[in-house]
Amino acid sequence: MKVGIPLEIHESEQRVAAVPSTVQQLIKLGFEVQVEAGAGFGARISNGSYSQVGATVVEDTKELWSTSDLILKVRAPEQNEAGLLADGASLISFIQPATNAALLEQLAARHATVFGVDCIPRISRAQKMDALSAMANIAGYRAVIEASYAYPHFLGGQMTAAGRIDPAKVLVIGGGVAGLAAVTAAKGLGAIVRAFDTRMAVKEQVESLGGEFLVLDFDEAGEGSGGYAKVMSKEFIEAEMALFAQQAIEVDIIITTAVIPGRDAPKLITGGMIETMRQGSVIVDLAAEFGGNCVLTEPGRMIEHHGVNIIGFTDLPSRMATLSSRLYSNSVLKFIEEIGDAGNFNIDHGNEVVRGALVLENGETRWPPPKVVKPEGDPYSVDVGERPAKVKPAETSDAAVESNTNSISVVQTSGIILGILVLIAIGLWAPADFVSHFTVFVLACFIGWQVVWNVSPALHTPLMSVTNAISGIIILGGMLHLSADSTTAAIVLGVFAVFFATINICGGFLVTRRMLAMFRR
Amino acid sequence: MNETLVTIAYLVAAVLFILSLGGLSKQESARRGNALGIAGMILALLVAVLSDDVSRYGWLILAMAPAVVIGAALAARVQMTQMPQLVALLHSFVGAAAVLVGFASFVDPHAGMTTSAELIVHSIEIFIGVGVGAITFTGSIIACLKLHGSMSGNPLILPARHLLNLLVLLVTVGLGIWFVIGHDHLTLGIVLLIIATILTGLFGIHMVMAIGGADMPVVVSMLNSYSGWAAAAAGFMLGNDLLIITGALVGSSGAILSIIMCRGMNRSFISVILGGFGTDSGGGGGGSAATPEGDVTSIEASEAASLMRQAKRIVIVPGYGMAVAQAQHVLAEVVRLLRDDGIEIRFAIHPVAGRLPGHMNVLLAEANVPYDIVMEMDEINDDLPETDLTLVIGANDIVNPSAETDPHSPIAGMPVLQVWKGNKVIMMKRGMATGYAGVGNPLFFNDNTSMLFGDAKDNVDGILAALKN
Repeated sequence: MKVGIPLEIHESEQRVAAVPSTVQQLIKLGFEVQVEAGAGFGARISNGSYSQVGATVVEDTKELWSTSDLILKVRAPEQNEAGLLADGASLISFIQPATNAALLEQLAARHATVFGVDCIPRISRAQKMDALSAMANIAGYRAVIEASYAYPHFLGGQMTAAGRIDPAKVLVIGGGVAGLAAVTAAKGLGAIVRAFDTRMAVKEQVESLGGEFLVLDFDEAGEGSGGYAKVMSKEFIEAEMALFAQQAIEVDIIITTAVIPGRDAPKLITGGMIETMRQGSVIVDLAAEFGGNCVLTEPGRMIEHHGVNIIGFTDLPSRMATLSSRLYSNSVLKFIEEIGDAGNFNIDHGNEVVRGALVLENGETRWPPPKVVKPEGDPYSVDVGERPAKVKPAETSDAAVESNTNSISVVQTSGIILGILVLIAIGLWAPADFVSHFTVFVLACFIGWQVVWNVSPALHTPLMSVTNAISGIIILGGMLHLSADSTTAAIVLGVFAVFFATINICGGFLVTRRMLAMFRR
Repeated sequence: MNETLVTIAYLVAAVLFILSLGGLSKQESARRGNALGIAGMILALLVAVLSDDVSRYGWLILAMAPAVVIGAALAARVQMTQMPQLVALLHSFVGAAAVLVGFASFVDPHAGMTTSAELIVHSIEIFIGVGVGAITFTGSIIACLKLHGSMSGNPLILPARHLLNLLVLLVTVGLGIWFVIGHDHLTLGIVLLIIATILTGLFGIHMVMAIGGADMPVVVSMLNSYSGWAAAAAGFMLGNDLLIITGALVGSSGAILSIIMCRGMNRSFISVILGGFGTDSGGGGGGSAATPEGDVTSIEASEAASLMRQAKRIVIVPGYGMAVAQAQHVLAEVVRLLRDDGIEIRFAIHPVAGRLPGHMNVLLAEANVPYDIVMEMDEINDDLPETDLTLVIGANDIVNPSAETDPHSPIAGMPVLQVWKGNKVIMMKRGMATGYAGVGNPLFFNDNTSMLFGDAKDNVDGILAALKN
């Protein structure tokens, strides 16, 4: 099986999808590898380094594409590249299927099998294949470097003979991989670093890197699926924007990394905010490729507005092509290993990672993948829904259990029959007065039933003590025997009944009050 | 005071009682619920005192004044670990009052009962009221003594006890029929009523004696229910709707709690009432339950403390052992300390943890644990796999995996807290003994389980000391 590594032709793209060390691994897995001449130049890799490890260097672009069964690329293919792909061949690269419909159509026409490295599910098992994180890490670091390059001061503070230099204040918006890498890099250069994210889980991570986590006085968690943030409510966004406006006045460098998958990047930095920033401040917009977090960002360029440099480079990982090529090619290699070696290159739909990344299979659309049920590993993991039928306590043998259930149903049936008989008897013979009380009784039972099911289990003990107290209403029974025409015996009995019931009323309500006072948030 | 006005006032009181129970549905409204209950009670009492039916105020004050003092003292002094006893004791008072009211109603016949049907119904009401009251009274007293430790918590099993119970029941019914037929004969009636009271009283004693410690939540709930039915029966005797409504509310409340407790153990109500776990099985299929064995990892309090320090998400599962050792206050201190360090701690409460429904919640509230980190089993079970560390304090059966994995286990099918799915479990226990159900716990032998042996309080003290260093 032939693997082809073409030269990336996207403007200013310097990376390459395989470096000599991974080529070596691919050959070990039984693949034949051919590399387009000059593919590694951007990453400072000569053609010779590839041929040294056993790859064939192909001069002609068309030949490389048409003779490869599997193409490894970094960027999604350009229009003319997609046309070069051999019919029925496979492709592994960034795809962004949600926004690349035209490309997918073109690839489908060539009956291609396409894996998007950006579609690999972000689960712990697939971490080693997570090229997105690897690239984001580099982008976050590079964003700080680019910012410091454009920023006309030190980032760290110093006390010099010529005067004091205050450390720069850096605000990082978004605490994903890129954001955290930016926090680390800025901290390493000595800046005061603040970070903001809608997901409170990030707080700890930011703080562990030495950054300060900014918190909104607002109660809404932003955890979405797959480790991304979700779209927040309007009120939240307003509070968030107020925070950014405040920060814009204070900080020198803003690095924004807020991306929501499948959507335009949220606009977080407005023109007004930029105008309040100090002259010479820098904004690095890592979301530039997705529309930018800053309204003025121009993708791929650095512009100046009111003395503030706004950097919208979309090729930050590519600016460190040697490192990023190495990390990218490693991720891709791990993914290929997940699929299988050259002799066994099959697409296993049962494999969550492979299925997740699969965008096209022989030209047929396979994206988005079906929702995966939670993986189960340990022998105890039985999902609640799939719990085997409840088993009766096995205190007796199976036969006895069966007869036991039968006897319960007999009890139930006879209970129903008895109930009907009692009702008929009441209807036939009971005095009208009793029937009216009986009505009240039955209705009250139903009300009690409805009301008490709503009681929070945490309050069951207070519930019992309150019912203790109100069942002390039996005091009325005692009191009614304290009337003028009662016999002495009845009075004595009544007095004792009142005595006991009063303890209940008093003790029950007071202890409930005491308990409830303890429940604090 | 106008008769109709009294009735209306009673109606308002009944509505207030319903609102009172409704208020307990949420923490936020619980205090208001209690206040509404108090308001309803005061209204009912005031109206009763002002009505024409009550006129001997001297006697009334004589009866109420000491009772108010006793009730207030009980409420103020009781420790939260003693709540189960107090609740049981208060049930017994309702039972006693119901018996007394029943006797009083019999010796002091209500005017206006003219037709024989009315008199027969009245006699039936009295008999049922006295009987239920007597069972509630003696049963609650025994429950109280057992919970207080004045009496062994082990089930007492008399030979042929089911037959005995059946006999008592039949005799009581026979007495009842005799009583109803001879209802116009005062002396005979009183004798029959006294015999019936004694018999049902003995029945109550025998019933609760046969039930063991961890089934107590069911018993207390059941007695709660009975005390309601006793009050309702008194209401029928006196033709008082407020008593009937209140009795019905309390009765259904207790019944619901019993159901919840039984579901928490996956046992039928009947099997709980008939007696303790495994006591009457006589071997049978129970013998095939797997006995877990293996090596146990034992650790010291200081190691437990360092494990807790390293964890990010901790869940604590308290059981009756925590209440016995009175460890909740120190535990709360540990929780506060760790929470201040940003460690996420929550409590997981199994429905039948402790000896009273909701008992653990009260104990934790007493120790100032915020109620929003105290979760019910259903709320937290799904989160347990993502938990770094689970600390089980004085609980056993409610975290036993064999309830889910071993269909032959006596607790098979009982819903349990799936602590074994978490990364690490620390079990605090006094020893390797089995829990109430008498079932071995394979959790002890898991690789990721560490046992911290000893008194819960001492161990939590040790953890606190280690954390402070």
